[in-house]
Amino acid sequence: MAEDSVKLLGYWVSPYSLKVKWALKLKGIQYQYVEEDLKNKSPMLLQYNPVYKKIPVLVHDDKPLAESLIILEYIDEVWKQNPLLPIDPYERAKARFWAKFADDKCVPALVAAFSKKGEEQERAVKEARENLKILESGLEGKRFFGGETIGFVDIAAGWIGCWAQMTGEIIGIKLIDAETMPLLDSWFQDFLEIPLIKECMPPQDELLEHCKELHTKF
Amino acid sequence: MAELKLFRTWSSPFALRVVWALNLKGIQYDTIFEDLSNKSSLLLQYNPIYKKVPVLVHNGKPLVESLLILEYIDETWKQTPLLPEDPSERATARFWAKFGDDKVMLSVWNVFIKQGKDQEEAIVTAQENLGFIERQLSGKKFFNGETIGFVDLAFGWLANLLSIWEEICGVTLIDHEKFPMLSEWIQNFAGAPIIKESWPPRDKLITKNQALLEVYTSKEAPK
Repeated sequence: MAEDSVKLLGYWVSPYSLKVKWALKLKGIQYQYVEEDLKNKSPMLLQYNPVYKKIPVLVHDDKPLAESLIILEYIDEVWKQNPLLPIDPYERAKARFWAKFADDKCVPALVAAFSKKGEEQERAVKEARENLKILESGLEGKRFFGGETIGFVDIAAGWIGCWAQMTGEIIGIKLIDAETMPLLDSWFQDFLEIPLIKECMPPQDELLEHCKELHTKF
Repeated sequence: MAELKLFRTWSSPFALRVVWALNLKGIQYDTIFEDLSNKSSLLLQYNPIYKKVPVLVHNGKPLVESLLILEYIDETWKQTPLLPEDPSERATARFWAKFGDDKVMLSVWNVFIKQGKDQEEAIVTAQENLGFIERQLSGKKFFNGETIGFVDLAFGWLANLLSIWEEICGVTLIDHEKFPMLSEWIQNFAGAPIIKESWPPRDKLITKNQALLEVYTSKEAPK
């Protein structure tokens, strides 16, 4: 498929556009990447995502798609190699559930832990840890959510490990505890060691600098 | 022993989506009505994380989150498909359903629980969101085309609850002039036999929503 027909509008720091990069890379899909300046959004972005005006946007044969998990499902349906979702409907439902749980429950708690202070931060940290522990149960003792190889949930939620670790460093409170969440901890480590995952990550030192700077604004 | 069990309440718009989906596909199932102030141990066992309805249990395996349940139903029972076949149309349908749940629902609810200037602002936001939905209909009978589909079921709460909220609060949010397509969609959807036969009783809904609105409005009132 020609590179021209697939375009990804993203932002170098955004884990949401990172998920899409991982999926495209896993399936070996050629694409054109467009880095958006979120303080000065391009007319193209506003045209392609008038509802949310956000990245990521995947444009395939001039058809724009938004919302990272929906984009992942689309990619999986169009390009069948290295499937992200399992075949069995119940297993698919479970995968969708955990991806949604990570976005709906783990991420907001992490963001709150990062941006709040005092008692609010304490509550957010507690909630983040609780929800991460619940996420761990979704692994069902497997190495990855996808089994022996990565799948939908790994791509959807694997970034959380890195961001949680960075948040922990910046706020001075550990969020992922290898003692209380051993499986989750190894999952994050194993995931981030995978070559294609590592290759797409933004440079760690730049990412940390960016997050530290963001933190000073709170 | 029945293979399919649906845990629901009599009024939950989320559970209604599942009722409609199963009925549209002609699937037999048992219903268990839950009292959310006194949740059954089965519900807590089947949905320990969210402790909510709906829960669909198929051959002993629980499924939660209404839109995920709809996807499961569509993948398991192929008759009367809810989602289109084309991947970009599927992605579009998922997008609008998610937009409905993430943005439209709360923005509409806010109109009815806020007052004064807050309410005016809430109306602007809600109508902006509804404008996107209106344009999505663009002359179609249903979001899915000629027949009811995924997005229609996702927005069913609009056809079900909006007129009740409007009646209770004396505010018209979706008027025929500003939203001709949406107004017609509401009539078409509400009038479809499969949908109609599962509507919760209107008088009960009015009583319940009156009480709900009172609670939330007093929370929103300026101190």
